[in-house]
Amino acid sequence: MAVDMTKECMDLLRRIQEMEFVALELNLYLDTHPNDTRALEDYNRAAKELKELRERYDELCGPILSYGHSRNRGNTWLWAETPWPWEM
Amino acid sequence: MWIYEKKLQYPVKVSGKNPRLAKWIITQYGGPDGELGASLRYLNQRYTMPTERTRALLNDIGTEELAHLEIVGTLVYKLTKDATIEEIKAAEMAGHYADHDRALFYVDATGNPWTAAYIQAKGDPIADLVEDMAAEEKARATYNWLINLSDDPCVTDVLRFLREREVVHFQRFGEALNHVQEYMKEKKFF
Ligand SMILES: [Fe+2]
Repeated sequence: MAVDMTKECMDLLRRIQEMEFVALELNLYLDTHPNDTRALEDYNRAAKELKELRERYDELCGPILSYGHSRNRGNTWLWAETPWPWEM
Repeated sequence: MWIYEKKLQYPVKVSGKNPRLAKWIITQYGGPDGELGASLRYLNQRYTMPTERTRALLNDIGTEELAHLEIVGTLVYKLTKDATIEEIKAAEMAGHYADHDRALFYVDATGNPWTAAYIQAKGDPIADLVEDMAAEEKARATYNWLINLSDDPCVTDVLRFLREREVVHFQRFGEALNHVQEYMKEKKFF
């Protein structure tokens, strides 16, 4: 079943996409500039914010990660019930 | 291993069904310069890379390319899922329909299936990284041509995002190449 996403969840998802993009860019940059202390700090800041956003999303909208990295907060298997990216 | 994150790297919206555009875009799914080849090339080359930087970079760009594969797949799916038989015929997608209905498949814009012959792993880090840089430029050019062909501004926006990523990857591979060349020089002297 494809559950419709609330506006709040869509906004939260968008913020996760933005913050993860920041983290990913810093990640690739650090792969070739491993001693850049400012980038290291920025990366850790992004990682912290991303973690908080993901926790909010898990709680409000359903699990975003599989294999035990998100909790299932319901009496049914939310992982399969929430919409897949190509259904959104 | 990989953990699936139930989201796209970049949001994908389309203005409506458009099987003709999908038939061209699918080349970035399973064509010679597409995202499947990119991810498999880098994830396979990473084992024999000689430095920390190159192993990390191939692992991480290879992983990002899988996210791009999912974006391209989502574009193709959304552009074709509601197309009628008449629209599929008019879009010259009937050949694809005969073999796959509206299912996705790893083909280029003219229907040729993906092949491992598109990619190489030479075991020589300079040769491999130079191939990777060329691959990024070819992918960038393909997105350019697709942007020229696109008549849907929502799709064009996604194609622009993907084109920009190829530019960043090219830059990072260039830095890795310089670093490996220094490393190889030092190895010769000591
Ligand atoms: Fe790339």
